[in-house]
Amino acid sequence: MVKTGRLTRTSAAGPLLSPVTLLRIVLVLALLAIWELLARSGLLYRDVVPSLVRIARALGSLLSDGGYYYNLGVTAGEIGIALLIGGFSGIAVGLLLGGNRFLAKAFEPYLYYLGPTPKIIFFPVMIMWFGVGSESKIALGTLSCFFPIALNVAAGMRQIDTVLIRVGKSFRATTAQMVRKIYLPAMRHPIINGVRLGFGFALIGTLLAETKLSNKGIGFLIIQAYSTFDMPRMYAMLIVLFVLAIGANAAIGRLGGLDAIKRT
Amino acid sequence: MTTVVSRPRAASAYLPRLVGLATVILALLLAEAIIRIGWISQFIVPPPSEIAASFARLFLEEHIVHRFFYTVGECLVAGVMITVCGVGIGVLMHRVRLLQQACETWVAALASAPFVLAYPLFMVIFGRNAWTIIMMGFVSGLPPVILKTIEGISGTRRVLVNVGRSFNLTGSQQFRKILFPAAMPTIFVGVRLGLVFALINIVGTEFLINFGGLGQLINDLAERYDLGGTYAAICFVILVSVCFFMALEQVERWLRPVD
Repeated sequence: MVKTGRLTRTSAAGPLLSPVTLLRIVLVLALLAIWELLARSGLLYRDVVPSLVRIARALGSLLSDGGYYYNLGVTAGEIGIALLIGGFSGIAVGLLLGGNRFLAKAFEPYLYYLGPTPKIIFFPVMIMWFGVGSESKIALGTLSCFFPIALNVAAGMRQIDTVLIRVGKSFRATTAQMVRKIYLPAMRHPIINGVRLGFGFALIGTLLAETKLSNKGIGFLIIQAYSTFDMPRMYAMLIVLFVLAIGANAAIGRLGGLDAIKRT
Repeated sequence: MTTVVSRPRAASAYLPRLVGLATVILALLLAEAIIRIGWISQFIVPPPSEIAASFARLFLEEHIVHRFFYTVGECLVAGVMITVCGVGIGVLMHRVRLLQQACETWVAALASAPFVLAYPLFMVIFGRNAWTIIMMGFVSGLPPVILKTIEGISGTRRVLVNVGRSFNLTGSQQFRKILFPAAMPTIFVGVRLGLVFALINIVGTEFLINFGGLGQLINDLAERYDLGGTYAAICFVILVSVCFFMALEQVERWLRPVD
């Protein structure tokens, strides 16, 4: 009788780290070493490139500061409301333009060409309309995220499989039912993609507005660090902000299952 | 016979655009009426006719043409830097496959990073001058050029590469005569995106640091509470960016290979 045993994994004596990971580690270490050398060289003005230890210390004190979380909450709230208003209006306009060829030809070029204009220049107008408080920052964030969401949703709607639309119509679905049961489920990914893009624009719009005129929020803290020339703190805040922005971007994509699409 | 059939078709093609334009004009007229009646305060939104009248002032008193060329100059310098560095880094990453595997995701992540928020940092490094503005445009426009260069070169049709090999082309000849020309349309898509990002960030930074061309003008006018001028300057910037965007699209269409 042939002895059958469990399949055992042969111990492939591969390297512990792949060459790609190794190169990444080397690049990061090289970058940190260059930074530290530059900080200690005295070639640049003191504090323009602070040492890594000081940045790490500033990062630690920033993350243990309760006031920072309050300001983070203010900014997060403004971005959230901006994304909510801009998102809903963008989806509504996108559905309208995507579902009607005539309206798309009439109005979509305006959205298409207004989309890439620098939105921060509207900030003086927003201040006149909504005042110097959070409202003007929310308005700028809303304006910033509206265009990419509307354009993405409109483009996504035109790409819906016509079979699905015909199925809905053959069941004599009303417009509301078509939107709820056919269009929105079929457009999940373009909508999430639009929201992801919109989030980035809302974040930039809101924070830039805060740096220009505000007394609370992360943008205000950044410009305050600049005014007091507290460079380690400014670097620390930018690091946290970049990590949060990239992380939130990835999280929205993951929530919408965009990473699953890429893998299949 | 064909003209009879094509006429209504041509008319129907223009109808949506006419409706769009008519809606915009109607909205402006309605705004004019509402503001004149007083339902919206003239101290918040000036009537469109007043905004239109302010354009002459922008040309005569605010030297908007000079400011326009100042901003265009900054965009040009940033554009050249983006193209040279972006294409260079993209080619290098394509050539050194390990480097591409290690760094491509980083570059993609940087493309979504809000670089413009680092403008106070750039002001500390470069000072409150045109270099801060140019560098803001440069860093924000660089990632798409790198990514599209890699994509363009990697996407060169196998048959073209094989033709080059059959002619015994050297590595650099293969690159100059096959890979780079074939990748040109895709690379330009990246350059177009990079230039659009650069323009957005350059005008934005001008506005934020109150220095330079068109962005500074808007800030100046707003601080002087010159409402008509502020709105007119904003309209001018929108017009410039739309024209810039359309021109880039035309070049991209011209470069696109005919299928």
